[in-house]
Amino acid sequence: MPATFFLREALRGLRRSSAPALAALLTVLLTALVLGVFIPIVQATTGTANEVRSRVVADVYIKDAATQSQQDQLKTSLEDTSGVKSVEYISKTEALERAQEKNPKAFREGAELLGANPLPASFRVTPEDPDKLDSIVATITRSPQPALDEVRNREEDTDKILSATGLVKALTAGLAALLVFASIALIANTIRLSLFARRREVEVMKLVGATNWFIRWPFVIEGVIVGFFGGLLAVLLLIIAKQTFIDPLSDRFALLAGPDTIDFPLLIVLLMFASIAVSAIGSGITLRRFLRV
Amino acid sequence: MTVRMASVRTEQARSRAHRQGADPNVPVVEFRDVSKVYGGGSVGLDGASMRIGRGEFVFLVGPTGCGKSTCIRLLLKEIEPSKGELLIAGRELNSMPRSRVPYMRRNIGVVFQDYKLLPNRTVYDNVAYSLQVIGETRQEIRRKVPDILRLVGLSTKLHNFPDELSGGEQQRVSIARAFVNHPPLLLADEPTGNLDPETSIGIMQLIYRINRAGTTVVVATHDSQMVDKMRRRVVELREGRIIRDELSGLYRPDESTTEFAVRLRGELGVGDEGHPN
Repeated sequence: MPATFFLREALRGLRRSSAPALAALLTVLLTALVLGVFIPIVQATTGTANEVRSRVVADVYIKDAATQSQQDQLKTSLEDTSGVKSVEYISKTEALERAQEKNPKAFREGAELLGANPLPASFRVTPEDPDKLDSIVATITRSPQPALDEVRNREEDTDKILSATGLVKALTAGLAALLVFASIALIANTIRLSLFARRREVEVMKLVGATNWFIRWPFVIEGVIVGFFGGLLAVLLLIIAKQTFIDPLSDRFALLAGPDTIDFPLLIVLLMFASIAVSAIGSGITLRRFLRV
Repeated sequence: MTVRMASVRTEQARSRAHRQGADPNVPVVEFRDVSKVYGGGSVGLDGASMRIGRGEFVFLVGPTGCGKSTCIRLLLKEIEPSKGELLIAGRELNSMPRSRVPYMRRNIGVVFQDYKLLPNRTVYDNVAYSLQVIGETRQEIRRKVPDILRLVGLSTKLHNFPDELSGGEQQRVSIARAFVNHPPLLLADEPTGNLDPETSIGIMQLIYRINRAGTTVVVATHDSQMVDKMRRRVVELREGRIIRDELSGLYRPDESTTEFAVRLRGELGVGDEGHPN
């Protein structure tokens, strides 16, 4: 009896104050829509930024005269340095091949001219955290190894990459936080408005001897219904947009599908859940102010 | 005949007392030196003490701002007293936890000057709500609501909304709602404040009938004609103090003919100099 009673009360509430309910539904719809578009964008940007950052490396050049055991010693010491993620060995021939690939003219002809490979073998050191590369380089140069010739971290490139991607990451994080805050404030405000119109009703219910939860349940169920339909509409619009705009594009350009973004089904479930939870909990909490009679 | 009526009434009172598990000698309402000072420093009630027994009919009278509504709101625990103790059926209200308040209110019927009906519900649903609140079954609701609406004379307006009714009819709905689960105590705050004298008499008769059925009734009013006609217990308040408590009183204290004449002349704006003596 109470469950069906609460459901009927909720439906009555929606029918009787359909304008505020519609406003709340639209708010949920717009917010979910914006979040649904924004979450993949944020993920794509940070994904790209992280991918770029992973290219930050330091090259440790090996003396041509170093023996095998000296090289091994250098390698283990590099691997033991704190903050180092991986150490990759690049032999003289590999180094030449890579160089030729990058700049065929200079190196192919140059190698023929020189008659010998001028490039040294090296260890490519990838740091766990790109920002810590400087200190890693300092540690390596401080401990002299017989095989170690020189350490280069392509300083200028590294600095540029780090500052640019850092800015992008900070900006998207800031925007995301702002958006979430704005969404919550907007939904809370709409719910408060629609409840404010009914505060007298709540007051009367309290005077008749209704317990807080007896009053609250229909409002929470209303919130669930509004959130469900708002979220559902937003998800439908997102699906339509994805199929008409994104899918044909990603077939043509591999780039768009490139960075790891959230699974579309997961995104849908997340948005539905968030819409329902925010509007249900929102109406339940906002009601507290009017329940203090 | 009267004896039989009386015995029926005590029977009812006893069964009600039994239901509450309360001693019939305990007053239904007791104010013990209760004061209420509102946030702005204005005094709502100033050291008021009174006892209202089972089955009594009490008028709280006095000009606006004298503390009548404060008494009603204190009894509903809508506000807390600043000082003193307030007891309903022997239960102290100050120490009552918030979660018990709804259950306490279910034993008190309330009628307001502005009716306080739920605007988006029909007459039937308004009355049904106070039964739904206490978890009454649907069959019981279907049986009780038309019954009580017939008692207040609204059996033809079950499915009208409050804004389709006259003031007197709305007040009847609110009385029906207050009384549908037969509370032992009925509070009325200016129940006839918005109504014309004739409608007021109908409302008052209704409240009187409820009282005759054994319910304790407290009516706050400034309707002097009504109080004079009914001749019930009158508690007069002025600036938060109880200045008079008479068992069968008038709105104004009993006055001699000369006092009455002086007041009448004063109200008519005729000075003493106009008098031949």
